[in-house]
Amino acid sequence: MDGTTMLSQILVGLSRSMILFIVSAGLTVVLGVLRVVNFAHGTFYMLGAFLAFSLAKWLSFSSAGFLLTLFIAPLGVALLSFLIERFLLRRIYGKEHLLQLLLTYALVLIISDMVRMVWGTSYKSLAVPEAFSGSVSILGSFIPTYNLLLIIIGPLTATALWVFFYRTRMGKIVRATAGDREMVNALGINSSWVLAVVFSIGGYLAGLGGSLIAPTANIVQGMDVSIIVKSFLIVVVGGLGNIWGTLLAALIFGLGESIGILILPRFALIIPFIITTLILIIRPTGLLKSVW
Amino acid sequence: MQVSFEGNTKTVFWQIILALAFLVSLPFFISDYYVYLAALILVRALFATSLNLVVGYGGMLHLHPAVFFGLGAYSVALIITKTSLPFWIGFVLGPIAAALVAAAIGWFCVRLEGLYFGMLTLALGQLVWSVVYRWYEVTGGDDGIHGIDLPTWLKSTSGSYFAIVIVGTVCFYIFYKMVNSPFGVALQATRDNPQRSESIGIDLKRHRLTAFIISGFFAGIAGTLFVMVERSVSPNLLYWTLSAEVLIMCLVGGMHKFWGPAVGAVTLVLLRSFIGSQANYWLALLGVILLLVVLFIPQGVLGYLSERLPFGPFKSKVGEKHAQC
Repeated sequence: MDGTTMLSQILVGLSRSMILFIVSAGLTVVLGVLRVVNFAHGTFYMLGAFLAFSLAKWLSFSSAGFLLTLFIAPLGVALLSFLIERFLLRRIYGKEHLLQLLLTYALVLIISDMVRMVWGTSYKSLAVPEAFSGSVSILGSFIPTYNLLLIIIGPLTATALWVFFYRTRMGKIVRATAGDREMVNALGINSSWVLAVVFSIGGYLAGLGGSLIAPTANIVQGMDVSIIVKSFLIVVVGGLGNIWGTLLAALIFGLGESIGILILPRFALIIPFIITTLILIIRPTGLLKSVW
Repeated sequence: MQVSFEGNTKTVFWQIILALAFLVSLPFFISDYYVYLAALILVRALFATSLNLVVGYGGMLHLHPAVFFGLGAYSVALIITKTSLPFWIGFVLGPIAAALVAAAIGWFCVRLEGLYFGMLTLALGQLVWSVVYRWYEVTGGDDGIHGIDLPTWLKSTSGSYFAIVIVGTVCFYIFYKMVNSPFGVALQATRDNPQRSESIGIDLKRHRLTAFIISGFFAGIAGTLFVMVERSVSPNLLYWTLSAEVLIMCLVGGMHKFWGPAVGAVTLVLLRSFIGSQANYWLALLGVILLLVVLFIPQGVLGYLSERLPFGPFKSKVGEKHAQC
């Protein structure tokens, strides 16, 4: 294995990590603030991908249209999450984990059947928009421009989340709600709505992850169940509710997978699970500090 | 402390005889398809009941029981198709293999609590799944193994059904004895109050690990029985969506009742075969049912009935036992 293959594998792994990070960040925010384990998060991701496909098609696959899609498709998912939080989720706050898991699993079943009803069973694919379809040479190895875009969007998302949570008034309220809901209510802020907003942000991030993956993978039924387990593990390994931990875990996962392909091509699928297991055995509560 | 479950041993004995008589007479009244369905229900019921030992009685968030079910099934399939050993070796080795893997997975998991426990079962379970999925030479990869040959007397629908009824009855009886044994009661104590049970000398980790292994062993038995019904295996038997399905059975029936998971299995398998074959959107329907159960009767169908009906066989309260003493 020479240096250029290694480098391009690392870059591919990095761009994959960024999508994993964006999806998992949504999950970890919801876990940290609402204390709800959301199985439907993967399904939000799938819905985001399908919405992005339809929207991009409607905008006749133009590059500018695609950038617009990246903003709008996740908004649709966020709206759906908002409604779900208002009508269903808020009834089970504080209940056992298993009940929460099964309620959100019910949503997985319902939404994925709806997706099948609307988009059918055949897979969809979305070409990389023209502006990002080339490739860039970095130290002698070529990397698709789109992957570079992903590598930029990932840290941008992390920074945006950090700014929101630590530098805005709303973010301060959200953090206070995560810490002590009753106190927030006592100060005259309706924490119930804060939770709805946070869940919508979670949905937005899942939708964004789905829209971003759309041009690089087949958009297909079942993409939800394969990402959700990975996403759960990333969140736990990173430390529940910790965004930087999630970023770190997503990097370990994505890079582990792409470098693993070079070392053990057939069992690359297993490597992230082995890493997760080792980390959980050595540090049961995750790499960084959990907010729980 | 009174640890009887439903009346005394004599009534239990008669209940079991009656149930057996009913189950054994079934093939004489219904068509082959329904016998097949009944066999499938029994397998699922045994699987769900085995999971309930960990989730309902032990209060552990076990998210991936399908691994043990699948390992049981694969052991039978591999012994029969890849070796020249007699077929019954597979049925003996299946549950043992499942229990051994359960011991390995459980050994790590019982160190963790709550959600972390659940996530580690999920991670390790998916690890086993991906090995089975990718190891083409041995497991046939995503194709699975088809056309598993069994002796003639086990091949007929009613033959496999009777075998499943006999093994199933023995397993249910053992389970029933176990949850009412000192071990079972101690396990429930660790669920209801971990600190206090530890302070009176119950070894928390050891009880949890034991329950985890026993549960894996019986899930393995259910897996081997499944091969009798379908005569093929695929990696889907170890995928986490099957685990979710079985968790749903436990919840729908009622996790704090001995017969709850079995009731859930009967309900869901019947619903799927009657409605699922008609309606195109079975999964969405299942989702709606699950949603309603979680929101309105989180104690499950059996739990709900036993609260409402002041009489009858539903009156057995395993979950509330601690309230009596």
